[in-house]
Amino acid sequence: MIVVDDLHKHFGGFHAVDGASLTIEQGSITGLIGPNGAGKTTLFNVIAGVLKSTSGRVSMAGEDITGLPPHTLFHKGLLRTFQIAHEFHSMSCRENLMMVPGGQSGETLWNTWFGRKRIADEERALRAKADEVLEFLTVEHLADQKAGQISGGQKKLLELGRTMMVDAKIVFLDEVGAGVNRTLLNTIGDAILRLNKERGYTFVVIEHDMDFIGRLCDPVICMAEGRVLAQGTLDEIKANEQVIEAYLGTGLKNKEQVGA
Amino acid sequence: MDFLNAIVALANYVLIPGIAYGSQLAIGALGVTLVYGILRFSNFAHGDTMAFGTMIVILLTWWLQSLGINLGPLPTALIALPVGILGCIGMVLLTDRLVYRFYREQKAKPVILVIVSMGVMFIMNGVVRLIIGPDDQSFADGERFIISARDFKNMTGLAEGLGIRTTQVLTVVTAVIVVALLFWFLNKTRAGKSMRAYSDNEDLALLSGINPERVVMLTWIIVAALATIAGTLYGLDKSFKPFTYFQLLLPIFASAVVGGIGNPLGAIAGGFVIAFSEVTITYAWKKVLVYLMPEPLEPSGLVQLMSTDYKFAVSFVILLIVLLFKPTGLFKGQST
Repeated sequence: MIVVDDLHKHFGGFHAVDGASLTIEQGSITGLIGPNGAGKTTLFNVIAGVLKSTSGRVSMAGEDITGLPPHTLFHKGLLRTFQIAHEFHSMSCRENLMMVPGGQSGETLWNTWFGRKRIADEERALRAKADEVLEFLTVEHLADQKAGQISGGQKKLLELGRTMMVDAKIVFLDEVGAGVNRTLLNTIGDAILRLNKERGYTFVVIEHDMDFIGRLCDPVICMAEGRVLAQGTLDEIKANEQVIEAYLGTGLKNKEQVGA
Repeated sequence: MDFLNAIVALANYVLIPGIAYGSQLAIGALGVTLVYGILRFSNFAHGDTMAFGTMIVILLTWWLQSLGINLGPLPTALIALPVGILGCIGMVLLTDRLVYRFYREQKAKPVILVIVSMGVMFIMNGVVRLIIGPDDQSFADGERFIISARDFKNMTGLAEGLGIRTTQVLTVVTAVIVVALLFWFLNKTRAGKSMRAYSDNEDLALLSGINPERVVMLTWIIVAALATIAGTLYGLDKSFKPFTYFQLLLPIFASAVVGGIGNPLGAIAGGFVIAFSEVTITYAWKKVLVYLMPEPLEPSGLVQLMSTDYKFAVSFVILLIVLLFKPTGLFKGQST
């Protein structure tokens, strides 16, 4: 689905992504782990077109998408969420979702005056879809709440909801669980699994919560210092000496040994 | 009787001119605030955009007048206004295409765009002076008063007259219509919502189905329309002089900042705050006080806090005070 080939992103002398190469299989939920500063978010930003790569190639389903702007990628079905949830704070949650699909006829001045009927029909369909998404995420009671006023965890759900408003192919979730309580995290996890199974979304998930990764992700990719350190199932990753040294720490290894 | 006379004098010299001037500032400040909220820079060319739009209206009005076309009691400029708006939209979109778009693609910082807008300001200013000249131009026609001061005196028998000019009523009515339309557009239409979304969170808007170039274009179209309307109303109410429009930039920016820049509601409130401060501080209160004070206390001076020559200083001082003590303005704006 996505092939990243020898990608570099340098900020001055700092090599945030330093020759990362990886492949994301269609239909998978790939976990991306690694210590802080490993270049995970930068990698996301480069793939999603927010940052320009210094060198290297990114392709999606065989098509070169290196350096395409975010909204072009959005129309190709590549979506991302942010580490710190983004929302249109002055609008209701429902409106936030209704803003997502592109090419709405209500966007032009002409239609605002002369295409009222068409817009009304479109809006009705969108509204129904938005309500359906909110229900799917079990937050239908937030529909009319201003998005700026809901909790951080709910904003994360809303971000996930945004990806459901269009036919996404691949969704990049940046620390979707950060600062979210267990119950809500389970809701998010359920939603991700269902989207993956029922709609065939491919997910790439940056996450630090190993239980969450264990429940959702196969395979798991571990990054450190801008490079891919290892790729495999979570158990393989956990057993990998380099990963233990760079990220997981020996504590986990000892615990596992005690457990065994 | 004295009390009534005092109220009439107050209405005639302070309230009515203040409301009319406040409406003009509010429409002007709405334009500034939209550019700030959506395109994220302070547009110093706004005053001269107003002058440009108004210039087209004036030229067309003169032509219509020469053909003998008029609106009876209403100013002929109203017929010319839609064309003036279209002309101004054309000019502003051309400027965006030639100048601003280049910097947008570079992702230039707001401070660079501000300086760029100053460049645009000087050029537009030059273009306007080249075409219509730097002098005062008058283009108001139609019935001058709805009620003249003399008629009012005859009607009521009061010593003080209350004159209401056609342009003042026209200004207020137009302002109400424009503001209602703008808020309907921003809150109820998809196009307006995409503008608000872009203003709320640009990063997210880019990752939605919102076409950024279309949002920018919409913004300029609305800003050009607002600028032309504000400029024409001001010109009808007072007079048109390119330099005056350039000077108007200060009270307009003060209005936008006082209300909370980036917030349309704030721009309107700010417009009235600035207008009433200017009018009340530069008004000679003697006329009102003569009626209210007991005879021995009647003022002998003018009781004018500041000469009208200093009226721009008033907005400047208010601007400073707001920036010092409440930088986000009365309504929470986007400035930090």
